[in-house]
Amino acid sequence: MFPHLSSGGATSGTPPTPAAGTRLDPWLGAYAERAHAMRASEIRALFAVANRPEVVSLAGGMPNLAGLPMDVLGEIAQRVIAMQGATALQYGSGQGDETLREQILEVMRLEGIHAHADDVVVTTGSQQALDLVTRIFVNPGDVIVAEAPSYVGALGVFRAYQADIVHVPMDTDGLIPAALESTLVALASEGRRVKLLYTVPNFHNPAGVTLSAARRPQILEIARRYGVLVLEDNPYGLLGFDSNPIDALRSIDDEGVIYLGSFSKTFAPGYRVGWAVAPHAVREKLVLASESAILCPSNASQLAISAYLSTCDWYGQIKSFREMYRERRDAMLGALAEHMPDCSWTVPDGGFYTWVKLPDGLDAKDMLPRAVTARVAYVPGTAFYADGQGRDHMRLSFCYPTPERIREGVRRLAGVVTGESELVDLFGTSGSDRRDGVQTPGPDLA
Amino acid sequence: MNPSSAATSPRVVILAGGLSHERDVSLRSGRRVAEALRTVGLEVSVHDVDVDLIPALSQARPDLVWPLLHGASGEDGSIRDVLDLLGLRALGTGPRQSRIAWSKPIAKTVVQRAGLATPEFVTLPQSLFRELGASRVLDAIVGRLGLPLVVKPSRGGSALGVSYVTSAADLPRAMVACFAYGDTALIERAVTGTELAVSVIDTGEGPYALPAVEIVTDGPYDFDARYNAGRTEYFTPARLTSEVAEQVSEMAIAAHRALGLAHLSRTDLIVDGSGTAQFLEVNVAPGMTETSLFPQAAEAAGRHLGELYRELVMGALAP
Repeated sequence: MFPHLSSGGATSGTPPTPAAGTRLDPWLGAYAERAHAMRASEIRALFAVANRPEVVSLAGGMPNLAGLPMDVLGEIAQRVIAMQGATALQYGSGQGDETLREQILEVMRLEGIHAHADDVVVTTGSQQALDLVTRIFVNPGDVIVAEAPSYVGALGVFRAYQADIVHVPMDTDGLIPAALESTLVALASEGRRVKLLYTVPNFHNPAGVTLSAARRPQILEIARRYGVLVLEDNPYGLLGFDSNPIDALRSIDDEGVIYLGSFSKTFAPGYRVGWAVAPHAVREKLVLASESAILCPSNASQLAISAYLSTCDWYGQIKSFREMYRERRDAMLGALAEHMPDCSWTVPDGGFYTWVKLPDGLDAKDMLPRAVTARVAYVPGTAFYADGQGRDHMRLSFCYPTPERIREGVRRLAGVVTGESELVDLFGTSGSDRRDGVQTPGPDLA
Repeated sequence: MNPSSAATSPRVVILAGGLSHERDVSLRSGRRVAEALRTVGLEVSVHDVDVDLIPALSQARPDLVWPLLHGASGEDGSIRDVLDLLGLRALGTGPRQSRIAWSKPIAKTVVQRAGLATPEFVTLPQSLFRELGASRVLDAIVGRLGLPLVVKPSRGGSALGVSYVTSAADLPRAMVACFAYGDTALIERAVTGTELAVSVIDTGEGPYALPAVEIVTDGPYDFDARYNAGRTEYFTPARLTSEVAEQVSEMAIAAHRALGLAHLSRTDLIVDGSGTAQFLEVNVAPGMTETSLFPQAAEAAGRHLGELYRELVMGALAP
């Protein structure tokens, strides 16, 4: 892997003191292959600036917790420790607290899911559920079909398990059934084993689009026909701006779908509580896999969430989150229309993100340092592909900054795009086919 | 400052972070140096460069401020100017000299005048390409300097925005990548040979060089190769004949002197095929992270990092 070593060596004669080289990591030869892609990147370093208050970060995917009743939550946390401390601070069930699993059923009923508490596995955020599902299904070289673009945190997991990720295009109605089918046909003809179809059907991260109701049964039918298990990742489903929650894929098919849910976007990511709902046999393996990974999810977190669900108007809270995010979405789309007419973008009906196409020839990754200099940050599109696509796109988040800051951020970004466009015109460059692989941002950006 | 307390256990504030593109690297450098100084009993705190800094420094009145800021205001002398305004003593090169060293083309010109070799180069602002037509200017550059070329922002570190260009067709893209970091590009003839970094220390007795670190990578010594252990192999001391080792030490000391640098610096250079050392650039706030070159050189010289950093602190506090 590192040919050379003698290149550029001694200048002339014999070295007076033979020096041993070092690569600064004595365990370099010991890492598993899957660790090789885990690297610090220039992009990640640039994001260090994004956390400064001077910078308008349209990069982060952090939910806005401003509306949460912190005093009430403080009392709940206090009560959990004072009244249930012996349980809260102890190990618990590997599958998760039974009361919470019952309550999760209630949450999922809003999206048409009828399940049994035995089908639910509580995890450390739905990110851990992604890891567990991949762990029990995917061998190195197995194919995972995912939307183009796709959630960066999932790509990181799939990459870690050495899956081969194949992207399928979307349009404004989400994943395109015909494109899915032709991809599966092509993979089958190559003799490739497709293990999972990974999809974020609602208010997609990063694309902002939602899989239409008409396409949902079509996607499931295609997956069933090709024997592909669907991994439905739905952290944003309850955060739609204009309508009641959309029925989940899992509500149509309880045998061919593993459903992932989360309290991170609808309540508080700091508790790190998510869940998976899986067909019975799969669920058994998920529990065993989870126990080997973490023994059990945090009891303290589960009991606090359980108390919140049973004593607070949690759905009312979600409704107020929707209003807040809708206002921010409107601010962003309004600012984009005003300041960035040369770009195009998706119009999300919920969630946190819009997906912006830059003018031809611009490269969002190359442009990022200029944006940081202008005190605005975004995530370059390449982060959301496993194959180097996406250079001409960027993800903008509207979840965290205030509407005023969002407008200011877009105004700054417009100047950045103009400057970069002039430069690209000047040098006659356009997007290249460079491939960078997955460059996972930190957790606050995913 | 309070000289009597400085004589016993000086209180040091390290500045790290800032708003530059190298914020992350600076934060890591700051933490490492703070840890090392604490192991030798110094009272050290680390502060970001933000709106709280001036009140914090005014209140704490540390004996010494050590700016470990990489890029922008940290290395261009501006922060040093502010420290002067506050009447605080600082470790490292003063503002005027920092400004000169921070600009790669100016630093190259200064060391060239001092008789040091440096690869032939041209420095051009983005506006000039627009006025004269980018392709005509690029043709002239390739016509004069040939290929391969190195394109880098005229200011900045950590190899951010730096491209190694082997074909004229790749040059426009390299220019775009460079101008994303700043308005002026330095384009220099690429020299192949042994890549070296020589750290220089002056704690009051005159500058001396630490052993040269030789850098061998499987490609350009870019951000990835710098901050991920594995892609780069370092040889310290470098595999050089004693004559060449002497030559590169002298070059780093000569650059340190010619540029009027203080306390510490790191000169990056390359020994070409004919055995001549060529000056590339100098850093007045060299990186101090886990993978950085200055600490590697110090350790290869048998120096305990905490002791060495304390010596630097005491040197900077000496009247």
